[in-house]
Amino acid sequence: MTLPRDRGGTGAPRTALVMLGCPQLCAQTSGALFLLNELAACGIDAMVAGTSSACAHLEVGDPAGHYLGAHMDIDECIAELAEGEQDYDVCFVFIHNDAGVAYAATLASISGGATIALIFGEHAEELASGLEGIRCERHIIRGGHNPLPMKRTLREVVAWVASKN
Amino acid sequence: MGCVEKLNYEVLIRHCSFREAAEYIRQNTPEYYEVPPGFKIFDVHIIGVPPILVGIEGEHIIFPYTKPCHGTFLLRVGGGEEIESLRRRGKRVR
Repeated sequence: MTLPRDRGGTGAPRTALVMLGCPQLCAQTSGALFLLNELAACGIDAMVAGTSSACAHLEVGDPAGHYLGAHMDIDECIAELAEGEQDYDVCFVFIHNDAGVAYAATLASISGGATIALIFGEHAEELASGLEGIRCERHIIRGGHNPLPMKRTLREVVAWVASKN
Repeated sequence: MGCVEKLNYEVLIRHCSFREAAEYIRQNTPEYYEVPPGFKIFDVHIIGVPPILVGIEGEHIIFPYTKPCHGTFLLRVGGGEEIESLRRRGKRVR
């Protein structure tokens, strides 16, 4: 995986996008809050993009805003990236359905940053195959209800991303 | 931000995969183009896995529209000026 700061030679990523899919599987919400905490601990500013329901799950789970900071509508985020108005050093995408694959492939195309696909749920392996040939790093995570496999993967991935000094 | 609800659209296929949407266009439209992910049409940015196909059928444009919770919808919309814009910016396949 190549981070945009590798190309500029200026060190670790400073900004991240956390893109949420449909909140149907509960591991997404707990995983996103955990990821936001890990990113903050590494000094990486995160923007969350999701549907109103996906963002509402985070707001309800984090009412004092300890983890959730800036957040926006998922399609407004895509528009900003596609128009070149905004970009991020690294983009995390939670995927458990076909639409999630489509959003990840789109991010990989319109963002200059690294795209990290977090593919979980019952059909994770099949969905991952839909990203073959796409410029992204794929992580297949077992299960959609138990948050612990997601937590383990996120901890490893963020540690690796943050080590890119 | 673009909003598909502002368009007077007809849904040709609902809750499909992006591959099914592309296959429909390949099989059923006389003229179609390949566009990159994020391609803007009718003030909407198209989401999908390449190759993303957009078709022209008479005075209409047929394109995939993806929603995070509901999958992909294949929409048919009166093309107007967007038809010529698509012909200029897209990569013609047929």
